[in-house]
Amino acid sequence: MSITTKDVAHVANLARLALSDNEMEQFTEQLNKILQHAEELQKLDLQDVEPTSHVLPMENVMREDESRVWLTNEQALANAPDKDAGQFRVPAVMEG
Amino acid sequence: MSILDASIRELHTKIRRKEIKPSELAEAAIRRIEETDEQIKAYLTVTAEQAIEHAKKLDKLPEGELPLLYGIPGAIKDNMCTEGVKTTCASRILANYIPPYTATAVKKLEEQEYVLVGKTNMDEFAMGSSNENSAFFPTKNPWDPDRVPGGSSGGSAATVAAGQVPFSLGSDTGGSIRQPASYCGVVGMKPTYGLVSRFGLVAFASSLDQIGPFARNVEDTAIVLQAIAGYDKLDSTSANVEIPDYLSALTGDIKGLRIAMPKEYFAEGLDPEVAERVKEAIKLLESQGATVEEVTLPHTKYAIACYYLIAPAEASSNLARYDGVRYGVRAEDAENLIDMYKKTRAQGFGPEVKRRIMLGTYALSSGYYDAYYLRAQKVRTLIKQDFDKVFEKFDVVVSPTAPTVAFKAGEKVNDPMTMYLNDIFTIPVNLAGLPGISVPCGLAQGMPVGLQIIGKAFDESTVLKVAHAYEQQANLNLRPALVGGVRA
Repeated sequence: MSITTKDVAHVANLARLALSDNEMEQFTEQLNKILQHAEELQKLDLQDVEPTSHVLPMENVMREDESRVWLTNEQALANAPDKDAGQFRVPAVMEG
Repeated sequence: MSILDASIRELHTKIRRKEIKPSELAEAAIRRIEETDEQIKAYLTVTAEQAIEHAKKLDKLPEGELPLLYGIPGAIKDNMCTEGVKTTCASRILANYIPPYTATAVKKLEEQEYVLVGKTNMDEFAMGSSNENSAFFPTKNPWDPDRVPGGSSGGSAATVAAGQVPFSLGSDTGGSIRQPASYCGVVGMKPTYGLVSRFGLVAFASSLDQIGPFARNVEDTAIVLQAIAGYDKLDSTSANVEIPDYLSALTGDIKGLRIAMPKEYFAEGLDPEVAERVKEAIKLLESQGATVEEVTLPHTKYAIACYYLIAPAEASSNLARYDGVRYGVRAEDAENLIDMYKKTRAQGFGPEVKRRIMLGTYALSSGYYDAYYLRAQKVRTLIKQDFDKVFEKFDVVVSPTAPTVAFKAGEKVNDPMTMYLNDIFTIPVNLAGLPGISVPCGLAQGMPVGLQIIGKAFDESTVLKVAHAYEQQANLNLRPALVGGVRA
C-alpha cells in the first residue's frame, strides 16, 4: 500500500491540520516509510485473535446522578483565547 | 559534596533530626539549578520563589511522624497539570496554559508535602525518544552535552542525573521513563498500567500512558512510587488494587528467583558493549542465587509496528481537543471556524506531533481501520500472550533498556523510523501493560547503560526487589563528571 500526496491532503483535512507544500511532500515520504514497516503485521495470521484495546479488564464506571463541584465558570474560561459574557467566543460558524 | 547528593531516606532523617531545614534544601536545589541548568536545560519553568516560600512553611515541623517526602525537592514533567503553574507539554499550542487543577499523582506528592521546584522539559506531548522535539529547546545529557538525554521524559531524567533534585516524575508511553533513565544513568520506573492515576496527565496514548518516578537509587524510587500509587475515582482506568509496602520488598534476597532472558532482546542491532554490561549484570543476579534461563518472546519484532499504529491513533483522537477554542494558543487571521482550527493546529504543533496525528488519522480512517488499527490491536494481544506465557514460569524478565547508549543530538531527528526503532525493548512492556524499571548497570563508550527488569502486572515489589539486590551488589554509584563523578 502506498500513500500519495492526495491521501496526505485528505487526511490533513480530516485532522483539521493545514500543511504547507513542503510538509505535504515530507509527510508523504515519511508516512510511506512508516507504513511500509507496518506491512510486517500483514504477515501474521490473525484470524482467531481477539484485539486488545485495553490491558486491564474494563467495566463501565458509573456514579450517582448527583451534582458536584468541579470547575467554576471563571476557572473554565481562564485559559480561553477569546471569551464573552461567560462563554467561549469563536468565529461565526454560519455566514449571514 | 552537595547535600542534594544524599538519598531521600538520608534527607528525611536529617529533616526529622532538624539537622537541615526544608528551606535550606529548597535553596540548595534552586541554587544548583541556577548553576547548572544553563548547560543542561532540564527545566521549562523553575518555581523558585514558590518553592522557597512553601519550604519555609515546612521548616516548623508538625508533631508526629513525617511522611518520607516531607520537605524533599522534586520536579514534575511538564505534561502533568499543576494548579497555578504553567503546564505546556513543551508545545507552542499550550505555551500559555495554566491549569485550574492538579494531577492526582502530583496531589499525592503534595499530601506528603514535597516541594515543587519546577516543570521539566520533554518531547512535545511526550512524543519522541530524544527530547529534541521540545518546541522550546532541547535538554542535554549531563554525561555529555553533545548527546541527547533520551525522551520523552528527558528533562526529568537529566535533572536527577545532574544532582538538581533527588527525584522527579515522568510519564512512559513506549519507554519514555526507562529509556532516558538508561541514557542518563539514573533509576526510572514505569508502573503497571492503572497503578498510578492518569488524571491530570495530558493524554497522549491513553491505553499506554503511565506516570512513574525517577530517582538516583532503587529505594528512593520505591518511596516515590509508594506515594503516587493507588486507586483514583477521577480516573476510570485506574485499578482498584491493594498497594503493598514496596519498601519491605527491598531485602536484597533473590535466592530461588526465576529470571527469564528473552533471546529476541539480545539479537542484531544491540551494541556489543551494551550487551556485555547487561550480561555481566545478569551474571551478578545469578551469583546471588537467582536462576536464569533463556526464553522466547516471538512477537517482539512486531512491537514497533504495532505501537506506531496504536499510539498515533490514540494520539490523533486525544489531540483533537487542541482547537484554539477553550485553552491554549489561537491562530489569528482565520477566515472562519474551520480555518481557525486548521491554522491554530498548524502553528501550534511541531513536526513530530503533526506526523503522529497524520499517521493516527490515516490508520483510523475509513478503509484502513481493519488493515492497520484493528490488526495492530490483535498483534498487541499476541505480544501480551508472549509475556503471559513466560510469567507462568518466571518471576521477572531482564533485558537491556535500550539497544545503544545515548546517541548524539541531531543524529536521528530527520529519520523518524530509525528513532522509533530505538524503543524496541521498552515498547512491548507498555503494550502488555506491565511494570518495568531501568537500573544503571555500568558504562559503555563512557556513557551509562540501563538494565531493564520487567515484572508481572501489579508485581512492582518483585521488580523493585531484583533491582535493589542488583544495585546493592554492583555498588556502581555512577555520577557524571558534572557532579564530580566519572568523566564521560
